[in-house]
Amino acid sequence: MKTLLLKSLTLLLVLISFASQAQNFLEGGKVNGNINIDAQYYSEDDKLGITDSTLNNRKFGMNAFGNVIYTNGDFSAGLRFESYLNPMLGFDDRFEGVGIPYWFAKYKVGTLEMTAGHFYEQFGSGLILRGWEEWTLGYDNNFYGFNARFSPVKGVMLKGLVGTQRYFWEPYEAGNRGIVRGVDGDFFLNDMFEGMAESKTKIDLGGSFVSKYEKVPSITYTIDSVYYIDSVKWTQQTTYQMNLPNNVGSWALRANIARGGFNLYAEYAEKGADPNATNDYIFKNGSAFYSTLSYSTKGLGIFLSTKWIDNMSYKSKLTESGNPAMLDINYLPAISKEHPYSLATVYPHATQPNGEFGLQGQIVYSMPKDSKIGGHYGTTLTFNYALAKSIEKDIITSDITGGIAGTDGYTTNFFSIGDLTYYQDINIMIEKKMSSKIKAKLAYFNQTYNKHVIEDNIYDDRNMVDANIAVLDLTYKFDRKNSLRTELQGLWTRQDDGDWAAILLEYNVSPTWFFSVQDEFNYGNPVNDLQVHYYNVSFGYTQKSNRFSVRYGRQREGLLCVGGVCRYVPASTGLTFTITSSF
Amino acid sequence: MKNILLVSLFLLFAFSANSQDVTKSLFNLPSVDIKNLNGEPFNTKDINNDGKPIIMTFWATWCKPCMKEHDAINEVYEEWVEETGVKLYAVSIDNARSSNRVMPTVNGKGWGFDVLLDPNGDLKRAMNVNIPPHTFIINGNGEVVWQHIGYLEGDEAEYIEIVEKVIAGKKID
Repeated sequence: MKTLLLKSLTLLLVLISFASQAQNFLEGGKVNGNINIDAQYYSEDDKLGITDSTLNNRKFGMNAFGNVIYTNGDFSAGLRFESYLNPMLGFDDRFEGVGIPYWFAKYKVGTLEMTAGHFYEQFGSGLILRGWEEWTLGYDNNFYGFNARFSPVKGVMLKGLVGTQRYFWEPYEAGNRGIVRGVDGDFFLNDMFEGMAESKTKIDLGGSFVSKYEKVPSITYTIDSVYYIDSVKWTQQTTYQMNLPNNVGSWALRANIARGGFNLYAEYAEKGADPNATNDYIFKNGSAFYSTLSYSTKGLGIFLSTKWIDNMSYKSKLTESGNPAMLDINYLPAISKEHPYSLATVYPHATQPNGEFGLQGQIVYSMPKDSKIGGHYGTTLTFNYALAKSIEKDIITSDITGGIAGTDGYTTNFFSIGDLTYYQDINIMIEKKMSSKIKAKLAYFNQTYNKHVIEDNIYDDRNMVDANIAVLDLTYKFDRKNSLRTELQGLWTRQDDGDWAAILLEYNVSPTWFFSVQDEFNYGNPVNDLQVHYYNVSFGYTQKSNRFSVRYGRQREGLLCVGGVCRYVPASTGLTFTITSSF
Repeated sequence: MKNILLVSLFLLFAFSANSQDVTKSLFNLPSVDIKNLNGEPFNTKDINNDGKPIIMTFWATWCKPCMKEHDAINEVYEEWVEETGVKLYAVSIDNARSSNRVMPTVNGKGWGFDVLLDPNGDLKRAMNVNIPPHTFIINGNGEVVWQHIGYLEGDEAEYIEIVEKVIAGKKID
């Protein structure tokens, strides 16, 4: 690893020095960057059952990163330094360490942009390829290799990449994980053809192809067949080896058509036979469809999304599965709304890559100012509905493996919808400015959550949670700088942990200070001892682009989700200190 | 290995120190390929406001303070434009999951400023944005001169004060 890093950094330096000579480096160059430090000190807590031994005697956790980017004209180079000492609770132990998991050098000449080192890239909506990072999740599947973007003529954007992906701190070595190759093209017809330049209909077509190469492991099954010859028992052992593919390809086609206030996006993707640990080693092709139709005009926005996913887990190492999600080549968006209120995120949705049908609709309507129902300042209404269900599957089993492994797994029909509900969310929010001092938001959510499917990978309906949630969010502005925000939230359910109530008081002094107290109380927990107050006191100070915050209190156990990717966060008690700074 | 790393970091910082003597800006607005609200390619070097200042905010549809910030700015945006000629670009970092809800949200809310899409965080990374909301003020030469993390009720008043200082050529502290 050391030599690799050494080489990479030398390369970086060489590139920088070349750039310096070429463009009078000292004159125009700029450096910017940022630092983020989250540090937690954990306390024992009888109420939550947290002791030094459950904490593995790690009283302190710190996740931190710093970025530095140097830019000079069309050249830039940068790196991200990360440290997990130790990883905070809820982050995998394998993150423990310090290093530079991301560095790059990039330049642009004409319409060609080349990146060497680490990079993030997305083809279409990401159904077959997306590299991205989300710090709060500890998610980073960056590519390490070369990336090119080229626009040969106006309206055409071509992309190509070859790379390996990040796996905790483990450096790439031949054979320890796969190599990803991909090409993508975007064609904006209105820019390409003069005859269409003035057309009110805007059409964008795109397509991509991705392939992964991997040195496959040997997976074998041994069957004993017993037979008798002259009453003598003979056993014949036959060993079968799974014929795993070295190369797994995938392709996707997409179109975006816009006219007036209407916009239609649709993408279809298919993946070749990819037996892996997530799909239980089945040989079936994978497929995915994702579309959104929207209409909007001033004061009104409507959209309807659908998706259908079948066997689309696509990773650059076939034996990798489970949590945390690593080595994902593609991204399967969850189509439900991400809510900003804490009790509305107790039951979040996570995409099920082995098969899911999803539907979502939303209407945002702003009643005009000075109208009868809109009031003097206007009122905004948002209605949202999201549903995720299973897809139909007729299971095929194998005599050799005793399960679906080694077969096509199941048969299904495109866009079939199964009986099992994974998730449903019906929600409505009213936002109204009552006077120049008072702003109010009122929201209601009804959520159905299949705990077995989302948390435990058990595909039945024997652990469904039906929850009703209400939120009142009031902001009172004393003057230009001082304001008080209160949130009152309630969650009512007969299942799981029962009812919750939450209150938040937040006093802000713009643009510098905030102070807040918060309590989430699980008063309806069927177990008396678990009727816990999850209290938090926090304080924040902003000075230019530095932000400091200190929080003391209890963290509720749960799933933290961003973009349909979730991380399990265990319960904890302690002091958290955060510094975010940019320069 | 450590030495090389330190040297490279040192060089980077040394260059930065040098460059900041030349101009007071923090850094130049980077040139990054993102998308406009219609999903068409848009390079950030095309951002301009005829030499007048620009406010750039990073936001997402799931970010509560961002929505508050934009609602608050929207109420005073027309006045801002009339009085100072400032232009606001709100860069959405919504990913594939939520980027299709950006246009309906912007129109449904009736926001009057320009919105750009950065669905895979390319501009976000180039400008070192950790978490939204993150607000930048860019002068007429495309140089970032001020930035601010987070949003508290009333912060928008500070933004316009900074913009006025930039126009008047006053020092920003």
